[in-house]
Amino acid sequence: MDAVLNALVLIGNYIVVPGLAYGSQLALGALGVTMIYAVLRFSNFGHGEIMSFGTMLVIMATFAMQDVGISISPLPTALLALPVGILGAVGLCLLIDRYVYKFYRQQRASPVIYLIVSIGTMFIIGGLIRFIIGPKDRNFADGERFIMKASAFKANTGLAEGLAIKTAQGVTVLTTFVVVGLVFWFLNYTRTGKSMRAFADNEDLALLSGIDPDRVVRITWIITAVLATIAGTLYGLDKSYKPLVYMHLLLPIFASAIVGGVGNPLGAIAGGFVIAFSELAITFAYKKVAAYLIGDGVLGDGLLQLLSTDYKFAVSFMILVIVLLVKPTGIFSGKTL
Amino acid sequence: MTALIGTAMTGGYGGADILNGCTISVESGEIAVIVGPNGAGKSTAMKAMFGMLDLRAGSVLLDGEDITTLPPQHRVQRGMGFVPQTQNVFTSMTVEENLEMGGFIRDDDFADTIEEIYNLFPVLREKRAQPAGELSGGQRQQVAVGRALMTQPKVLMLDEPTAGVSPIVMDELFDRIIDVARTGIAILMVEQNARQALAIADRGYVLVQGENRYTDTGAALLANPDVRRAFLGG
Repeated sequence: MDAVLNALVLIGNYIVVPGLAYGSQLALGALGVTMIYAVLRFSNFGHGEIMSFGTMLVIMATFAMQDVGISISPLPTALLALPVGILGAVGLCLLIDRYVYKFYRQQRASPVIYLIVSIGTMFIIGGLIRFIIGPKDRNFADGERFIMKASAFKANTGLAEGLAIKTAQGVTVLTTFVVVGLVFWFLNYTRTGKSMRAFADNEDLALLSGIDPDRVVRITWIITAVLATIAGTLYGLDKSYKPLVYMHLLLPIFASAIVGGVGNPLGAIAGGFVIAFSELAITFAYKKVAAYLIGDGVLGDGLLQLLSTDYKFAVSFMILVIVLLVKPTGIFSGKTL
Repeated sequence: MTALIGTAMTGGYGGADILNGCTISVESGEIAVIVGPNGAGKSTAMKAMFGMLDLRAGSVLLDGEDITTLPPQHRVQRGMGFVPQTQNVFTSMTVEENLEMGGFIRDDDFADTIEEIYNLFPVLREKRAQPAGELSGGQRQQVAVGRALMTQPKVLMLDEPTAGVSPIVMDELFDRIIDVARTGIAILMVEQNARQALAIADRGYVLVQGENRYTDTGAALLANPDVRRAFLGG
């Protein structure tokens, strides 16, 4: 009996808890990508860098707050600094839209041109970030580190394996829950939110109904920037902040949005968790779990790991290829790319 | 009085003119129908009256006011409603949300307008919480008309409202359209089903190559042997 429990705790500690946190971060990121796709009709490759930019500002504000001794311990100070990052990211997005994307909207450019333009914005924001904060790894998590320590779990349950929950993970899941709830409430129950859905659904009819396209675009960027900053900050708290990592995050985020159905907010959330859990489940070494369940003796030297963690991005790629082959509209039937 | 009149309209989408000086008008509470062969410029004439096409010559008057140069969105605010032929509902949104979006430009409380529309189209009340994309063709057209009615327009323009629906549904839609006209709204529509449309029309226009060929009451056009032979299949 203890063996089964130990196996379950192992899975909980290495797949379920990190998967929930990572999945939440991907879900928030994918929600931003999917909203831009739904309203502005292009895949925004700059999204990872917008996340990074917002997070960078949060980090700088966090460091400033730490210097003057402001803290909300046991919670990380970064939560208090979040508004600074959000404001900065919103400003950046609105500026880019005003001086870059607006031009292409007036030209009625094709989606592929938008896509290439967005890659341009990605490099420019990326460069800006490296100028301002540099390419180094930065750890800005403070406050209490764990909600539940592995050692405490072991002591309380008497099991050999421990289950640890980091504060960052708890904060991530809770924040995502609240933010996603707010976004869905906004989209489904407010006049402005409904007008955004109408615009995404049928642009011509929305114009005919007197919906102001500029306003819809503006609000979409604002929401995207808010989501990106929160997603980026939560990811940074959980892992650490490194500009290059945020660029790499783009792949699982896009995979999440596409798996769930591009343009469908609910799909983005589901997709985030699908990608996160697949990535963790496929790169996890099951040797210890198997040892608990079927005994140590019969196992060889292998780690029982399907794929090395170095290849974790391959998981997103594989899922992406499978979804595009089998169900191009994604789980929740978004738009076909 | 004449709610909407397009006089001597001439224009096209660049290149050759599609409209060659055609004149179309509709009175409050009346139904006017534009019929004619394919490529006669029926839909183009209606789009021109809604401002979706720049006129090279001619004018459009709404309630006696010149609106020739006004863009479509402003015409909606002045009291014109337009139901496009295709993609005329928000498919992912519920029936009620579709109606709310129709009333987007209104700042006042439009709950009673929604109620009126439900009275006009009772099936929509039943389906109010269902996404419009899940409805049948005829129900969708009712949503589309309902959406356009939300601004309480003086003139409602319908581009082939019965395209692609069954004959039974077509009859029902025409009945509903008559009901709408009875509320005092001027209705202008383009129809492929010329015979049935003229049967409910107070006024019919037969267009050929962007010009008025015959203009009369619906009944008179239906009785006219030339019109019957050339345009109504005998």
